[in-house]
Amino acid sequence: MSPVPVLPAIPGPPLAVNLRSAQLVYGGLTLFDGLDLDLTGGCFTCLLGSSGIGKSSLLRLLAGLTAIGVSGDLRGDDGLPLTGRVAWMAQQDLLLPWLNVLDNVTLGSRLRGERPDRPRALNLLARVGLADAALARPDTLSGGMRQRAALARTLMEDRPVVLMDEPFSGLDALTRLRLQALAAELLIGRTVLLVTHDPLEALRLGGHILVMSGRPAIVQTLPDLPGAPPRDPGDPAVQAAYRAILRLLEVVT
Amino acid sequence: MSAIRRGLATLAGVLLTWQMIIVIGELPPYILPNPWAVAASLGRNAGSLLSHASVTTLEILTGMVLGTMLGSGTALALGYSRRARRWLLPMLIASQAIPVFAIAPLLVLWLGYGMASKIAMTLLIIYFPVTANFYDGLRHVPPGWLDLARVMLPESRRWAVLRHIALPAALPALASGLRIAAAVAPIGAVLGEWVGSSAGLGYLMLHANSRMQVDLMFAALVTLATLAVGLYFAVDAALKRLLPWHPANPETTETG
Repeated sequence: MSPVPVLPAIPGPPLAVNLRSAQLVYGGLTLFDGLDLDLTGGCFTCLLGSSGIGKSSLLRLLAGLTAIGVSGDLRGDDGLPLTGRVAWMAQQDLLLPWLNVLDNVTLGSRLRGERPDRPRALNLLARVGLADAALARPDTLSGGMRQRAALARTLMEDRPVVLMDEPFSGLDALTRLRLQALAAELLIGRTVLLVTHDPLEALRLGGHILVMSGRPAIVQTLPDLPGAPPRDPGDPAVQAAYRAILRLLEVVT
Repeated sequence: MSAIRRGLATLAGVLLTWQMIIVIGELPPYILPNPWAVAASLGRNAGSLLSHASVTTLEILTGMVLGTMLGSGTALALGYSRRARRWLLPMLIASQAIPVFAIAPLLVLWLGYGMASKIAMTLLIIYFPVTANFYDGLRHVPPGWLDLARVMLPESRRWAVLRHIALPAALPALASGLRIAAAVAPIGAVLGEWVGSSAGLGYLMLHANSRMQVDLMFAALVTLATLAVGLYFAVDAALKRLLPWHPANPETTETG
């Protein structure tokens, strides 16, 4: 087997993110108000919450995407705005059907009018296991392969902060486990926020785990789990934390 | 059954019905000539039919190219400028509300008996379907793609987003507009030729009609129908080839 190329180092020290007094009012309902959220620099943070709690809106706020009724004060720990320092991965792969996989991965540079770094894109595709599919059209790929391509596109952006909105929720269980492990490996050293409604996914991947619950919603931090991600779902510590999360989310009492 | 055999069967059915109508209704040849008379006329007048058909074809194609350019330009303006929406949208709808039939004599008066008035007519008749479909496509670019572009490119560069995302995303909608255009474009050209011209299949039909050459009229009609069907399938095939990433659902389109 040929040696796997190393991912390029993230420029500068890891960037922490601070969000202060975030508010979301939607259709007369206050989903959250005065909400604070901190992301530790270089750490994989998982934000867990049931659907409709406003966690996707929170992520969109962090990504700089406008959403109706959302506001908040968002900065990096260097005091500067996050604009241009964020990569975003959505639940849908958002691959453009008229471009092949390689061109999809280099979409960002073409949008910015830069010359695409094709060797680096090919390296990343090899890392996500799509070396042979670089010239394939997205509609010829399976759901898992498409999400791998989206992961490569996210990494290609090479931003210090990576925001992921339930990126694996549309996949079958086995593909999901493989992609979680891949993401955990490839995103080491970056400030990551992964929004999910799956407690096991958060427990498997999270360096820090935040739980969002209630209305208006608050964010609580779970005690850090032992061991480096990706963790074994059968680990007793993971199981215990799983029960604690279900209690927090008021699924069990 | 293969497409060719199906086509032949349809043709045989049409010819048989045609002949039966003549026999049952006891119709004289100057009302409805029989298929063989029309076929004979087609053969006899092949040269003249071909030269008139080439005039009509040129009018249709030029009108389609110009109409597509104008329609696409309008759709882009509508999609990207609020002012254009305010000013152009009412005009666009009015352009459709006034029947082309009503302004055909005016166009001939202004642009003369030559090709220009027919090209203008074709352009007018396809302008609305092209514009409306393409504008619709530009309005319905999946928001996720635009979000992705906004995160990748925080400073607003509409041109880059248009070129790399919105425009290709709207091409299938433009293709629908072009298919409609291909189907209706011959109407514009023939209409123009009826109102006033010295060449083209429409002119030939009027000319033959006034001289009671009903078989030639039908031969011209057959030529026009062949031309229209050929145009539609050529446009359809070209669009399929240009947009391979936008395949139609096989369950609704397969004929084989």
